[in-house]
Amino acid sequence: MLRYVVHRIVMMVPTLLLISVVTFVVIQLPPGDFLSTKLAEMESQGEAIRIEKIEYLRRMYGLDRPVWEQYLYWLWGLAHGDLGWSFEYDRPVTEVIGDRLFLTFLVSFATVLFTWIVAFPIGIYSATHQYSWGDYGLTFIGFLGLATPNFLLALIFLYLANVWFGTSIGGLVDPQYLDQPMSWAKFVSVLEHLWVPVLVVGTAGTAATIRRLRANLLDELRKPYVVTARAKGLTRRRVLLKYPLRMALNPFIADLGQLLPEFISGSALVSVVLSLPTTGPVLVRALQTQDMYLAGSFLMLEALLVVVGMLVSDLLLAVLDPRIRFGGGQSR
Amino acid sequence: MSRRDLGREPFDPDAIAGAPRVGGAALAAASPWQLFWWRFRQHRMATAALGFLVLLYLSLFATEFLAPYHRDSRDPAHILAPPQRLRFVHEGELRAPFVYGYRMRLDPRTLARLYEEDRSRIEPLRFFCHGDRYRLWGLIEADLHLVCPAPGGSFFLLGTDRLGRDLFSRLVYGARVSLTVGLCGIAVSFLLGILFGGLSGYYGGLVDHAVQRTIEVIRSFPTIPLWLSLSAAIPVWWDPIWVYFGITLILGLIDWTGLARAVRSKVLALREEDFAQAARLIGAGPRRIVFRHLLPSFASHLIASVTLSIPSMILGETALSFLGLGVRAPMVSWGVLLNDAQNINVIVLYPWLVTPVVPVIAVVLAFNFLGDGLRDAADPYRSW
Repeated sequence: MLRYVVHRIVMMVPTLLLISVVTFVVIQLPPGDFLSTKLAEMESQGEAIRIEKIEYLRRMYGLDRPVWEQYLYWLWGLAHGDLGWSFEYDRPVTEVIGDRLFLTFLVSFATVLFTWIVAFPIGIYSATHQYSWGDYGLTFIGFLGLATPNFLLALIFLYLANVWFGTSIGGLVDPQYLDQPMSWAKFVSVLEHLWVPVLVVGTAGTAATIRRLRANLLDELRKPYVVTARAKGLTRRRVLLKYPLRMALNPFIADLGQLLPEFISGSALVSVVLSLPTTGPVLVRALQTQDMYLAGSFLMLEALLVVVGMLVSDLLLAVLDPRIRFGGGQSR
Repeated sequence: MSRRDLGREPFDPDAIAGAPRVGGAALAAASPWQLFWWRFRQHRMATAALGFLVLLYLSLFATEFLAPYHRDSRDPAHILAPPQRLRFVHEGELRAPFVYGYRMRLDPRTLARLYEEDRSRIEPLRFFCHGDRYRLWGLIEADLHLVCPAPGGSFFLLGTDRLGRDLFSRLVYGARVSLTVGLCGIAVSFLLGILFGGLSGYYGGLVDHAVQRTIEVIRSFPTIPLWLSLSAAIPVWWDPIWVYFGITLILGLIDWTGLARAVRSKVLALREEDFAQAARLIGAGPRRIVFRHLLPSFASHLIASVTLSIPSMILGETALSFLGLGVRAPMVSWGVLLNDAQNINVIVLYPWLVTPVVPVIAVVLAFNFLGDGLRDAADPYRSW
């Protein structure tokens, strides 16, 4: 087991390196850089340009140097926890990102929990009542959840909350807590706001998980050991809970690796609509203004989150399912 | 479905109604695709979805004819006008289809435009009539439309946008982009997926390792941020048509990994089969073995999984355009139309601007059902 864990962690290094290369290429793709866009913008507005500062920044972040050197510089900083400088905010990226990354993580995590709690009973019901009205109805609702664009759902919730309660459910806390340190009242306020993005982002993932749980459970229910257990006189319920369900649970863990990227990207979009203080809106803005270190570090950290999530899900799966051997590559 | 000994439900003769009632002889003589089709037809929703989608895609050829107005034609007198209801009855009397005209006044305090139905103005619709000029497929000049407003009247079935353009017409034009973006994207993803999945599965070893690592890396990025980043790289001065192809390329470039994995696992399993071995012994090259012998045996699976990934592309384009990073004016797509409905005020004041989401949901649902049916039918030799 230990060998497997070490192997998996070592294998993460080349993956992360490759991810950093891809990220850097992606943020370098737009022609020009932030300083040149900014310069052009300021010049067109006839503003005075503080040349020293621009030159200083250019030198400091090596924008005058060749691309590969910039990459190494960025990577070197990343390895030391220095994510670079956000030109747009004029602050270190770490400061801009800090809270937001945590909130993105919070929303994603809550969404995963929500998905599991909802998908679990529905999946079991659909599988044990295959082709019943309930099954059809739930399947249809599931598909509907898949088909509705997340941002629209968010808008609808905003609208309904506005009409029914006369409140705004945008944002992640009530305005009065905005600049306050974390407290119990603020925490409660966060929870009050959290359900909207969680519900919105969760719908798509929930539908997919229900489908998979249903399919897996149906496969298991057809296996001979179920007949044996029934023949021995176990109740239907006991058979279901004791054997096939445990097998069908694996997708929940295995899905974690796929759900995380989905939820992060889903929340990116929903956040723009709900103006949540997560990474989404900042990333969109950073991409538009070519604030390359900010955008790059965002992409990098979100990818890191996913890679770690996949690692955790693989390890959990190896623990839960003794059939999975630690040969590597077999775990999915 | 085949193991009836476990279920509680009584034997259901409909479950095999789609199958030929003829004996085993016809079943044995039927080609795989014939079996595939028989099996597919059992899935009612999937069959309905297929019909719906075929109709929709056929309509793309007649976009200009079906839309009552041209994509860009503006009516400055009717800005943000609410939808006009299609009516058949006027004061208890049946008539040819018509709409009531608008009566507009300005709210003296807020300066908002308030529209009301003017019951005294009956504007009968014209059919197969001459209206806005257009170039069919960009080639043939014409001005024939299926439906036109009465002379001097208006016909805004879904209302108008902030420039006074007919939303319904724009929806019909937008279908061209929204429906094809998924197909073009899937073509890219299909090619890449088969190529890399095939290579990876057939050769194994170092090639396999490299491809698998690449896939892992691409999959570690959350899709929407990555789409955003890539489409932010499309230069602003590009022609809209190039932007469109750029977007499809981006959608395809990120989507192929799932397909490649599926292809790889199938090829891995199949390359050891006897028929593959036989082909190798006769002296067939890898390319021939993969494409001529292995691929056909899981083509149906591929089609099913491709169908299931089209909706995510359609939603992807919608999301990109919604954020303003997708298709650009003068091109329209459903996402571009939804871009107007980005905030809560718009939805409260002009709810009809949200209607483009209805076709998005309908099409995505249809593709999901279609894919579901195809997947069920993918393995025609499974017991009936």
